[in-house]
Amino acid sequence: MAHLVTTRTRASTVAAVIALGLVALGLILPAFASRSLIQDLFFILTMLTLAQLWNLIAGFGGMVSVGQQAFVGIGAYAMFAGVILWGWDPVPAILLGGLAALLLAIPMAFFAFRLQGAYFAIGTWVIAEVTRLLVAQWKTLGGGTGTSLPREATSDIIGVAAIADLFGLRDAAARDVMAYWLALLLAVGTMAAIHALLRSRTGLALAAVRDNDNAAQSVGVDARRVKWLVFLAAALMTGLVGALIYVQTARISPDAAFSVTNWTAYVIFIAVIGGIGRLEGPVLGVLVFWALQTAFADYGAIYLLALGLLAIVTMLFAPRGLWGLIADRTGLALFPVQRRLILKGPSDG
Amino acid sequence: MIWLDTIVQGILLGGLYALFAAGLSLVFGIMRLVNLAHGDLIIFAAFAILLIVGSTGLNPFLAALLAAPVMFAVGWALQAFVLNRVLGRDILPPLLVTFGLSVALQNGLLEAFSADSQRIRAGALESASIDLGPVTVGVMPLLTFASAVGAIFLLNRLFYTTALGRAFRATSDDAVTASLMGINPRSVFAIATGLAMVIVTLAALYLGMRSNFDPSIGPARLIYAFEAVIIGGLGSLWGTLLGGAIIGVAQTIGAQINPEWQILAGHIAFLVVLLIRPRGLFPRAVD
Repeated sequence: MAHLVTTRTRASTVAAVIALGLVALGLILPAFASRSLIQDLFFILTMLTLAQLWNLIAGFGGMVSVGQQAFVGIGAYAMFAGVILWGWDPVPAILLGGLAALLLAIPMAFFAFRLQGAYFAIGTWVIAEVTRLLVAQWKTLGGGTGTSLPREATSDIIGVAAIADLFGLRDAAARDVMAYWLALLLAVGTMAAIHALLRSRTGLALAAVRDNDNAAQSVGVDARRVKWLVFLAAALMTGLVGALIYVQTARISPDAAFSVTNWTAYVIFIAVIGGIGRLEGPVLGVLVFWALQTAFADYGAIYLLALGLLAIVTMLFAPRGLWGLIADRTGLALFPVQRRLILKGPSDG
Repeated sequence: MIWLDTIVQGILLGGLYALFAAGLSLVFGIMRLVNLAHGDLIIFAAFAILLIVGSTGLNPFLAALLAAPVMFAVGWALQAFVLNRVLGRDILPPLLVTFGLSVALQNGLLEAFSADSQRIRAGALESASIDLGPVTVGVMPLLTFASAVGAIFLLNRLFYTTALGRAFRATSDDAVTASLMGINPRSVFAIATGLAMVIVTLAALYLGMRSNFDPSIGPARLIYAFEAVIIGGLGSLWGTLLGGAIIGVAQTIGAQINPEWQILAGHIAFLVVLLIRPRGLFPRAVD
């Protein structure tokens, strides 16, 4: 009997078409969208990318990191160093951010992988703190109080003039469009790469290591290699996102760039509320988070209190998040990574 | 003499860190749960003591005595109604629940008490000191260290000489088999977390009397506690005391060289120990 192993479903084909349509719409959006919508979408896309990357290492890889702010921070600072110390253009300097995060991830993984399970989480947090304290000693980049991108660097970023001409925008608005496109590129690229990874042999190995380290090794999976690979790749991408966020912000300080609330707590809440261990989860989660943020962020501490309680309630009553609830009821999977065996009998095949 | 003084002050400071860490170590030893809200619970207890002192005018030590049973109840309820529901083979749910609790507690305290620095006033005790020949030590640091030693001694006695301690150890080794012998692991867990919160109250008392605190400083206390536990080795309470002392000495030496390096030096000492002895100095529990 002929058989076929596939992850494709009818829903996933429809979803792929819709996703392509959305990406195309996203690309041409600056032609008619308002500046504030572009800024909101920039926020949504960057948080989505960070949440997908955390979801990759924690949800699919079982490595619960509370130290992702280290990569955002070091990425942002490396970009600043490129611009201020070596006179780079901010956009190519984003690549420096990715590189710096990758370099930081090597010692971080070396230390943190010595800690098991829950202790891994605080281990990553300690290393992020050490990085923050060291960066705060870097006096040429403002030390503990931080610094801003010089005006001459932000005034002629590559491509911004062309965007300004194309859409007839002022420079500041054109910079937002540029940042938005880069965020769209990173978000789509990250999700496509994670989807491809999870459907590959390495993705299967990653899930096996998460579910049972020893059993995975017994069938020939090189658990260390898989974990290193995924951790470093996520760090690199997180560094790029961090650098991009601070190209847009143009002002940096160690406390903001290495903030555990902004870059790890929010990101974890997005993944938890949307659904851990699924690509659809963070997408839904970031929309819920953005809606809450827009409606209630003015309430400050009360808002964060409620967000923390919401995460607890979600873990207690819907541990697989909102998307988990939807998927359990409908069996829907927009970006399926589960392999299904399809047998073709002689009659139809 | 300045270096001897630095080291003595560091060891005494380590007593405070050991108090932060003892509760964390207890909970981890019994149920393999890392409570990411541990630091925020310390700050919560400090505000509870502050509130009692403020409203009744009691001596802080008596106020802590009143706060301790309340904190026991908080810990018991937290474990019985929330954490027991998410304990299991997967470490993700308890980690995320306690992380959510950490953020919720921090911001709840911020809303209730504002971001202002607070302090529990202890009168003359704050500045009293004893001359020990080559070094002069503050009464408060000395009392902290003595309390840490006392708490760890009592915890060890509890673990190895009482029926409750036997239940703790049995549940820690194998919860399923322990439940066959008539122990209810869930109730053992709830008592353990309650007990950890009593130690947290003691830690909060000294934290609040020795330095200023505000709602945002919980996570840093969690990190010091965690470092002390890892340096000492999982499951060893005396190791935790030594771990606290190592962090304390590293911090005072770092601060002696350059005040900005105090915190950093403590973290680096931790990383060095992790590098040469990944399982800590006195590992006992296997995990």
